[in-house]
Amino acid sequence: MAERSFATEVKALRIGEGQEFHGEGILAVTKGLLQSGVSYVGGYQGAPISHLMDVLGDAQEILDELDIYFENSASEATAGAMLGASVHYPLRGAITFKSTVGFNVASDALANLSSGGVRGGALVIIGEDYGEGSSIMQERTHAFAMKSQMWLLDPRPNLTAIVDMVEKGFELSEASNTPVILELRLRSCHLHGSFIAKDNKRPKMTIKEAVENPERDLSRIVLPPMNFAHEQEKLTKRWPAAVEFIKENKLNEYLPGEGQDIGIILQGGLFNNVNRALELLGLSDIYGESKIPLYIMNVTYPVIDDEVVEFCKGKRAVLLVEEGQPDYIEQNIQAVLRRNDATVKLHGKDVLPVAGEYTPAAVTKGVLAFMQKYAPESLEGVELPVLALPADDPRYPLAPRIATDLVQGRPPGFCTGCPERPIFAALTLAQREVGEHYVSADIGCHLFSINAPFNIGATTMGYGLGSAAASALNGSGAMKRPIAVMGDGGFWHNGLTSGVGNAVFNENDQLLVIVDNAYSAATGGQDVLSSAADNPIRSTKHPIEAAVRGIGVKWARTATNTYKVDEMRDLFKEALTSDDAGPKVIIAQSECTLNRMRREKPAMAKAAKEGKRVVRERFGVDPETCTGDHSCIRISGCPSLTIADNPDPMRTDPIAQVISSCVGCGLCGENAHAAALCPSFYQTQIITNPSRWDRTKLAVRRWYIGMLQRGIERRLTGIEPAAS
Amino acid sequence: MTMMTQANPATAGRTRPINMAILAMGGEGGGVLSDWIVALSEHNGWFAQSTSVPGVAQRTGATVYYVELFPREDSPNPRYPVLSTMPTPGEVDVVVASELMEAGRAIQRGFCTPDRSVLIASTSRTYAMPERTAMGDGRIDSQEIIDAALGASKSFWRGDFARIADETGSVISAVLFGAIAASGTLPFTREQFEEAIRSGGKGVESSLRAFSEGFRVAAASQRPVVELSLGSRPAEVEEAIAAELAHTAEVDLAIVNPAALVGSKIASQAERISAFPAASRHMLVNGIKRTAEYQDVRYADEYLDRVASITAFEIDPDGDARLTTETARFTALWMTYEDTIRVAFHKTRARRFDRVGKEARVNDEQMMQVREYLHPQVEEITDTLPTGLGRWVLNSKAANKVIHRVTHKGIKLQTTSVWGYTMLYTMARCRPIRRRSLRFGLEQARIDTWLTTVREYAATNYALACEIVECQQLVKGYGETHARGMHSFNEIMRVLPAVSNRSDAAQQVALLRQAALADEHGKQLAAMITGLTG
Repeated sequence: MAERSFATEVKALRIGEGQEFHGEGILAVTKGLLQSGVSYVGGYQGAPISHLMDVLGDAQEILDELDIYFENSASEATAGAMLGASVHYPLRGAITFKSTVGFNVASDALANLSSGGVRGGALVIIGEDYGEGSSIMQERTHAFAMKSQMWLLDPRPNLTAIVDMVEKGFELSEASNTPVILELRLRSCHLHGSFIAKDNKRPKMTIKEAVENPERDLSRIVLPPMNFAHEQEKLTKRWPAAVEFIKENKLNEYLPGEGQDIGIILQGGLFNNVNRALELLGLSDIYGESKIPLYIMNVTYPVIDDEVVEFCKGKRAVLLVEEGQPDYIEQNIQAVLRRNDATVKLHGKDVLPVAGEYTPAAVTKGVLAFMQKYAPESLEGVELPVLALPADDPRYPLAPRIATDLVQGRPPGFCTGCPERPIFAALTLAQREVGEHYVSADIGCHLFSINAPFNIGATTMGYGLGSAAASALNGSGAMKRPIAVMGDGGFWHNGLTSGVGNAVFNENDQLLVIVDNAYSAATGGQDVLSSAADNPIRSTKHPIEAAVRGIGVKWARTATNTYKVDEMRDLFKEALTSDDAGPKVIIAQSECTLNRMRREKPAMAKAAKEGKRVVRERFGVDPETCTGDHSCIRISGCPSLTIADNPDPMRTDPIAQVISSCVGCGLCGENAHAAALCPSFYQTQIITNPSRWDRTKLAVRRWYIGMLQRGIERRLTGIEPAAS
Repeated sequence: MTMMTQANPATAGRTRPINMAILAMGGEGGGVLSDWIVALSEHNGWFAQSTSVPGVAQRTGATVYYVELFPREDSPNPRYPVLSTMPTPGEVDVVVASELMEAGRAIQRGFCTPDRSVLIASTSRTYAMPERTAMGDGRIDSQEIIDAALGASKSFWRGDFARIADETGSVISAVLFGAIAASGTLPFTREQFEEAIRSGGKGVESSLRAFSEGFRVAAASQRPVVELSLGSRPAEVEEAIAAELAHTAEVDLAIVNPAALVGSKIASQAERISAFPAASRHMLVNGIKRTAEYQDVRYADEYLDRVASITAFEIDPDGDARLTTETARFTALWMTYEDTIRVAFHKTRARRFDRVGKEARVNDEQMMQVREYLHPQVEEITDTLPTGLGRWVLNSKAANKVIHRVTHKGIKLQTTSVWGYTMLYTMARCRPIRRRSLRFGLEQARIDTWLTTVREYAATNYALACEIVECQQLVKGYGETHARGMHSFNEIMRVLPAVSNRSDAAQQVALLRQAALADEHGKQLAAMITGLTG
């Protein structure tokens, strides 16, 4: 079960023609798919489009009613290959994943798809993980569009434009027999807004009809000599068809402004930021009525030469606002202008940042520089935003108003009670005994080990590639072996073959730790093959250990309770010192606590209400015995284990404290044991609706302990002043 | 709806949207808060657009939610405004922060600016990792952020909103929602705010309670200080003022009549305190209580003797009397070193049971059980045995083996059970034999050596002597922590003769102490010592 349920929100997907839809970007995209008569949908979760997969999963009932097939693909490559169904059939298909990383994985399939072309509309919806909040290398999907010749749509960030582009994307794909990429920027996915809906449409052809009526067209298969023909066809047939469609349907927008001899060309996805910049400079208003002519490229690939030339005609200078690098569009437009002997001066990354996100602040500064050069008179009488002030002006928004050391970084980390934390606590303790080892990390929540307090992990080469990334550091007579980490998500995505199979085949000596928390946790708790839960529409409960043994691993252990830190530590030590050849695989298994709590908390509350005996646990630290060294925090980092003022009037260092968000996972106690820390930790059990036996015990204890406690206080009288 | 927008002066002729940035930490309900704001706006005739940065930033990391609001045109086909998906530095009207350092981040990122921003932030702290993992006190000063926030905002609506959330059994987003309502920066009435919570449908009652408290406390934070004594003040302010007054009164009383602060058993020890510098007396009162409670009345006398041996070198008896005061502090701490008897004593006291129950919010219908996680090392057991026996056990392989077998995996002891309590109680009752234990003899010798060193330098270099006294703060904790601290302390004492000849000897010792607290492996300390001694 995914972290977030959209069970309520998906009801809005049923609304029909003329009704106003309110909701998030991803829901809007789903609604767009339903309005387009899509036949099948697949994809792989990953921020920022994880929730699109979750929405589709929760919308299964609606999908069934419309005969739409939906699959949680094993990887982006699987999703890409899935679009193969649109090669011969007039089936509309859509897939979704995080880009550029997802595109890297899918590109083999998508390159083949693009070569032969498609008959049914094929839409690749990508969440462009670029800019603030991104967790991956900063690259552009644009490159993939160019290399495989797929059209790239980058609509304005409002729900109407996005939904419209879903529908138009399918049509463009079919008109030009080319797969189309719909790019959603990071924030657009979680953008809350509204648009006017249409009725949902059943697909023209269902999957059932397709399967029962096989089709085959030799000319579409990527094999010599057709592959050579495909390349020609891309340029001679599909490209012109696309240009024709884009022009005819006015996918790109032209705003005349006040007819000046300057203008701005921009990617559609940047429209709101550019308009905000223009607004701040007094050159546009809240409704986007720009005074400066704008050419809005909702299609960023291909560039429509005629439109560009037409826009630039009679203009002295044009500013291109193109986010990311390399500056593919700028190069392209320069070439177009030159080929057409245009005299217009094109500016772009000479006045705008060469790399990084085009925030309203960045764009404002760029547009201001451009305007000051070409039309300073249009800025006259305008009260410029404080952002336009020089950096040393005290009114400048980024003027230093707070000492830098007062604001510390707060990177993401393991949640309270995360079962992955004890794995790295145990690994820390094991390394204290057997020495530091090289650790190759992977993508997933476990990657948070790289940050304090664990500081474990040296590289991250890609999803499921933790093991492969340690493969070169093998043996050669070394006294140590490398450690690789992989999550269950990465394992099933490709790690089983790229990592484990590779290590078996090459007789690699590494220790591979597979973190099995029963979900693809980092992306929002989606089920994977090895999930322990029953999933009504997926097959789960396929153990990882069986898979690694099946592929030839001899030394494999599954630790079913990662919170047993001493046992985990000993297991690590054993694996790091074992004489057995080949990879040593430890499957560290404990359920993601976020998901566990989501399941157990309501159940416990219900049981308590029904009068059943319920035991809740939490941890605590005795302030009298804690001396404020914080060793316990340095091998945990749990958000619920923090510090507080020292109540001892003679001590000044803050004490450790467990706050009420503690879920009682037990790590504090286990760490205190395994690392022989200090005796301050205790576990509190709170029993709601105690049984009769509980009550009897309680009565006896109260009497006995109360008696002894009164004795203790009696012996202490005379030290504290008598109560007045 | 449209009636409303007409009636509202905030919307008339409006050309720019209300820009609102919410800085929170993942999992704190920033999403819920922006959802409420969107619902509030849409129900009352405004367009609202909210965005957030999804993904891993939500796992405890700092994250920004951004909302823009704009009044809907009064027409059957209103035009849609073009709203930004990101905050622009210098243009944010309302900044909300769920935590104080996040408010600092909003200032640093230019979202909160003096000419435009209304800042609504909790003064509570969720400590950042470096603050928590520091080996001593690594916390930043909250007051400095509050001062910066006052200077960087148009108005600063604040309160300990995390505490209110806790007390009302709700979440901080509800409290912040109340504070936003109080600030009056959004063109909606309190009733409309509350309606947004009701229509949300989840945990409505507790959310409304939290909302109401947030509203009250935030509003109170705007009253000028002079008014504070009049109207109602937030509970935490009342408490802080009361605690501050009580503390000052106690410190004053310690100066004039220390005996009033102790019981009859140690009254004569308290009398002795009057002979010490005034500034040190409160510390000494705590010291005699601590040592007497730890061991016996005689121990309190021994404590005063020790401090007295240093006071002779006090050069600032009428001022801060730093040497005496810090000696009073650290001698008491060292004399009450952490051993199993002390731990058992504190864990068995009635007040501890009360505290644990309160902390876990145990009510009368519920039952509480407490389990200790103990991991006594062989040394910690021999520490409490009489010297001879302790030494024998420590040297006996067989005894070592037995103890290791029982304790190496740690012991979980249920203090609330008859058996568990008896065990700890018996241990605590060993107090009288502590004086004959191996560790006791050892620690007394260490204390005396340390104080001898202090005296050695006190006559010629007062500042250095103070620094040597303060080195005691390195020695604390249990097992490895204690061993590491003791090692650092010894290392500094070892290089003292070499350092003491320098003109900046005191400063160097302070730096050595800092270095010792910089990392767990003693790397910085070792490097600095090498640098100093060549």
